[in-house]
This record gives sequence, C-alpha cells and structure tokens, in this order.
Amino acid sequence: MITPPNYTPVPGPGSEPPVMEVGHSRIRLLWARTRLALHSFRTGWSIFMESRIGVLSLVIIGIFAIMAVVHPILMLTIWDVDTYDPVTGYAFDQVNQPAAPSWRHPLGTDPLGRDVLSQLLWSTRSEFVLGITAALVTVAIATTVGAVSAYYGGIVDVFFMRLADLFIALPGISLLIVLSALFKLNLFYLALVIGILGGFGGTAIILKSQALSIKVKPYIEAARVAGGGHFHIIFVHIIPNLLPLSLLYMMFTVTSAIFAEAVLSFLGLLDVRMSWGIMIHTANTGGYLMGGTRYWWLVVPAGASITLLCSAFYLGGRALDEVVNPRLRRRHD
Amino acid sequence: MTGYLVRRAGQMVLTLFLIITVAFFLVQAQPGDYASFYALNPDLPPDVREQIRASFGLDKPLWEQYLIHLKNTVTGNFGVSFGHFPRPVMDVLIERVPRTAVLFLTATVFSFYIGFFLGKAIAWRRGGVLEYTATISGATLFTVFTPAFALMMIWIFSFRLGWLPVGKFLDPLVWRHADVTANHVFGQMLLTAFLFTVFAFLVLWALRKTGRVALARWAGPLIAVGAVVVLLLWSISSVGGLALDILKHMVLPIVTLTLISFAGTMLLTRNSMLETVREDYVMAARAKGLPEKQVRDRHAARNALLPVVTSLVYSLIFAIDGSVIIEVVFSWPGTGLTLLQAVRTEDLPLVMGAMVFIGLFSLLAHVIVDILYVYLDPRIRYQ
Repeated sequence: MITPPNYTPVPGPGSEPPVMEVGHSRIRLLWARTRLALHSFRTGWSIFMESRIGVLSLVIIGIFAIMAVVHPILMLTIWDVDTYDPVTGYAFDQVNQPAAPSWRHPLGTDPLGRDVLSQLLWSTRSEFVLGITAALVTVAIATTVGAVSAYYGGIVDVFFMRLADLFIALPGISLLIVLSALFKLNLFYLALVIGILGGFGGTAIILKSQALSIKVKPYIEAARVAGGGHFHIIFVHIIPNLLPLSLLYMMFTVTSAIFAEAVLSFLGLLDVRMSWGIMIHTANTGGYLMGGTRYWWLVVPAGASITLLCSAFYLGGRALDEVVNPRLRRRHD
Repeated sequence: MTGYLVRRAGQMVLTLFLIITVAFFLVQAQPGDYASFYALNPDLPPDVREQIRASFGLDKPLWEQYLIHLKNTVTGNFGVSFGHFPRPVMDVLIERVPRTAVLFLTATVFSFYIGFFLGKAIAWRRGGVLEYTATISGATLFTVFTPAFALMMIWIFSFRLGWLPVGKFLDPLVWRHADVTANHVFGQMLLTAFLFTVFAFLVLWALRKTGRVALARWAGPLIAVGAVVVLLLWSISSVGGLALDILKHMVLPIVTLTLISFAGTMLLTRNSMLETVREDYVMAARAKGLPEKQVRDRHAARNALLPVVTSLVYSLIFAIDGSVIIEVVFSWPGTGLTLLQAVRTEDLPLVMGAMVFIGLFSLLAHVIVDILYVYLDPRIRYQ
C-alpha cells in the first residue's frame, strides 16, 4: 500500500506542527520508493538469474573478486615478501627460471623468477579498479549528456550528438597508443581517458534515445506542472529511469577498459607495475611464446584471465540486456 | 540525397580538421620538440642550436606553427619521417595504407557475412545446441585477448603445422631475384581485385535488370568463370609466384581478424532477428505456407538487417582497432604497425601522419555505412 506522496491531513486547531507532517510524509515517500525499487530489483534479478549466461558471468566475476581479495591475505600470512612479491620477488628455491609449476609455486615462475600466481592475483585487483573506474566515468558522463541533450534539445542536442559522432569515429586503440607513448599513462589516467572516450561517444547517443522516450512520459509533465525546475526534473526524474540502461553500458565499458589496458601493457606502453598484459609482454619479449605448450604457465593463466573476465562482463551485459529490454526475453510458451 | 552527401562531406572535413588539430596539440603538449633530437647534442654551440630550432620553425609562436602545420597537412605535406629518413611521411604512408585497407576490408566483409549468416540461424532456432555454442564461442572470440590469440594462431598454423608463413608481408628468399618491386605487384593485385568486384556487380546488376529468374540463376556460374579466368591470367604471368607469396602472407592475419570480429555482427543479428520474428508479416508469410528457409531469409532476415548495418560503424571501428593489433603481432607493414613503430622511435611527423590517415579510414567507413543504409532502407530519405 503506497500513500500518495502529496497527501497531508488538514491540520486542525490542536494538531502537530505541519513541519513534522512534511518530514513524516517524506520518510513514507522514501520508504515507498525503496520498496518499489526493491520490488523491481527482485523481478529483474529473477529474470537475470533465469538466463544461464547471466549466472555463469556472475560466477566468473565472483571468482575473480575472491582472487583479488585473497592476494593481500596470502601475502600477510603464508607468502613471504622476498619470494612472492609480484614485481620484486625472486624464487630462490628454484634453480632454473622460468620454473614449471610446483607445490611452492602452483603456476610456476616467470623468466625473472617471480611467482606467476602471485602476479595473477595481484593484477586482478587493479583490473577491477581500472574497469570500474572507467565504467563509472563513462556512465556518469553519458547519462548526464544523454539526459541533458534529450531534455533541452536544440543547440545543446546538436552539439553533443556531433561530438558523439566525432568520438565514435576515433579509433580508440590507435589514439591510446599515441597517448601512452607521448605521456606517462598510469592506470587512473587510462581509466579516465577510456571513460571520456566512451562517455561522450556511442553510449551517450544510446542513453539519449532512451531519455527521449522518458521525456514524453506523463510523470515528467506532472513534475513540470508541480513546479519542478529543469535541474530537478533531469536529476530526480529522468536520470533514475536511465540507470538500468546505464548499468548495462557499465558492463560493456568494463570489458573494453580491461581489454585496452591489456593491449597497451602487451605493447609495453603503460606505466603500471604489473598486469596480465605485462605478464604476456614479459613472456613474449623473452621469446617463450613460440615454445608453444612447453611454457604454458607464462601465457595461459594471464591470457585466460583477460579473456574470461572480459567475456564475463560482456555476457553479464547481454543477460542484463534481457532484463532492461523486454522485447528480447524468451517467451514462456 | 545530393544535399545530404554534401552536408555529410562537410561534417567529415570538420571532423578531419578536429583530428588534425588534436594530433598537433597532443604532440605539442608532450615534453620536448622536434629540434630536441638534434639540439640535445652537447657538441652544438648555442647559436647552432637556435638555428636548428629556427629551421624547424619552432621559434615562431604556437598559433603560427599550427597554421603552417594545417596548411602543410591539407596540401599533403606531412614532412620528412625521422625513422625512414630521408623519405617523406606521405611516401611511407602511401605505401602502407593499401596494405591496411586490404587486410581490414577483406576481414570486415568476411566477418559481416559470417556473422549475419550465423546470427539469423541461431535466432531462428532458440535454445538449441547451436545457439549456446555459437554465442559462447563467439563471445569468447570477441573478448579474447587478441594478441595472445593471434600468437596462438601463428603457433598452430605456422609453427606446428607449417602451412603458412609466420608473419611479415613477403618472403625475401622468393623475392631475391625478382626484378619488380613488391609495391608494383601488390598494386596490380589490388587493381585486379577491384576490377573483378566491379565485374561481379555488373553481372549481378545486368542479370537482375532483365527481370527473368531463369537468367538470374546464371549469375553464380558467370562470376565463377570470371574468377577462373583471372586466376589463369595471373598464374601464366611472370609475377604469379610473387603474388602467391603475398597472398600466403595475407591468409593468417585475415582469418584471425575475421574470427575475432564476426561475433559482434552475429549477436546483433540475433537480437534484431528476435524482434522481427514477432512481426505480423512473418506470421503472414508462415500462414501463406512458405518454406521455413524462405520465411527466414526473405521476410525476417531482410528486415533484421537494418539495425545491423547501422551498427556496422561500431564493428568497423572495432576492426580498425583490431587490425592495429593484428598488424603488430603479424608484423604486417600497414598503418597500424607504422604508427606503433613511429610512436616507439618518437618519429613525430610519422605519428601525426599515421593518426590522420587512421582517422580518415574511420571517417570514410562512417560515410559508406550511411550511404549503404539509405540504399538498404527505402523508407529513409535524407533531405
């Protein structure tokens, strides 16, 4: 049972001060909204869980999240820093480097004598941070740009859409190669650049077209009649309704951010200490890749991690697409 | 239509102008300049150092440098490459651009065709084994770490099986006694491919123009005969073996690029098909008693094609980015590899030139997709 938001009992002579009433109804309004959100979340969740691909992607992302958490714990408890540090460690217990997997080094060591498992786990955390930062930047920019240009239309719309056309036409990897060679790009700046490229580009166009269909809904009209300002309407009424679609594009941005980072590290252009791309770069520059399956632990863990995490976010996005876009759902017949 | 094309060309020029500007100011914003390569030499007296700076035009104010740069770029003068000294940048790029174009266009056509074909098949039979295999393997290939995948392909097909060369553009041993340059042979190959495409289109167009189904059936065999004639002509010519060498080097990069990029089209076609199969006209076609294949290909897939073509822009950009990576891994001397090498050796004129050309590529792709869209959807009329 949801009470109408603007319901206030007529204050009688001996009743409580109206301020309390406003506060009270606001809390109730908030509660009603939360319940609504929870309800739609639950429906969406059950649709999401129905698709096998969605569950699979969640499981994979969960495993990687655990991997990211496990590394600091291992470093504090059973791994000593001199041997297992992902960058400066050296496996003194091995005679030849790279050493094949053993009990002490479950994924072996790299040509410089560093533990591969430790590198893999350590990099997971930075991949998550990079992906999520880039996704947040993209979505923050794209949602705002989409909502604003749909709401105002006219010259604002034309400007942002032409800008988006320009950003779409920019080949990202080539631009990032140039940027990372001319400037020292660390993970944060890389996330920022990827976020800006995505946020002003295609994502903004898609979110704008969604915002256009929200803009003509009756509740926007109602909000305007009730005296809501432009700012209020955009941020309280349009953007919350854009968020499900934004979440979808966050997933896709995470994929492209992790991929771009891996490619740039593989080319040796980034200013990061260790990452999955750098692990493959180390193996490649040492000439171990053409050894094929002989030195598999130098390539397979890192390559598989990049592929798995990228495809998990991508497939998660596809499953989310079915939640957000009802036309894609499978009919129950 | 003409007005639209003119406006689109205007937008393209503006975008290109922005790309040139961005490239210029990016290079300006980095520490050091062209002259610091020479001027860092400690044996140079200060006045010579100033002279070198002046000879590069670096003593002028920034806006003047920018205007000069703009003028030079528009007239096709990108300066002299540092890394390929004394060749002009334009010369290097003219040699490399067709190589990228071939790699990228062929792979795009293949991946679009395969993606569309698979996409409509998996949308038609939902929940089948094919859907899961195609979706999962497609998405894996789409998100696979491209360099590692490309290296794996090299390892399997060149190293283990030995079917194809490891990388690069040609095999020096084959070309040692050749009296023609690789660019000459490659140019002729391009010309042949272009003429053959025109021929195929003309045959299709002419036979369709007659309006008789019985004649249209001859299109396939006619084009095949044309292909055989072309191949025969090439094999008896003196440079046939050399052309074959280049072709052999092209196979693996193209296959790899196709494999990583077909899934985008496939998944999109699937989504688009899922929306069109619910339309009334599909049900009407079924009710008429048309065979399933006819309903799928002529009624559903035709209409499902439109959104796929719209997003072709994205897949083209994806392929351009992908071809940069592929070129680097396969040492294919195209614009992407040139860009990376220039960036690594701080060959700044070449960096700017390659940036402008890659930007030009994606802009052209953009416009072609727009025109294709009008051609495919008669409902769209650009004003």
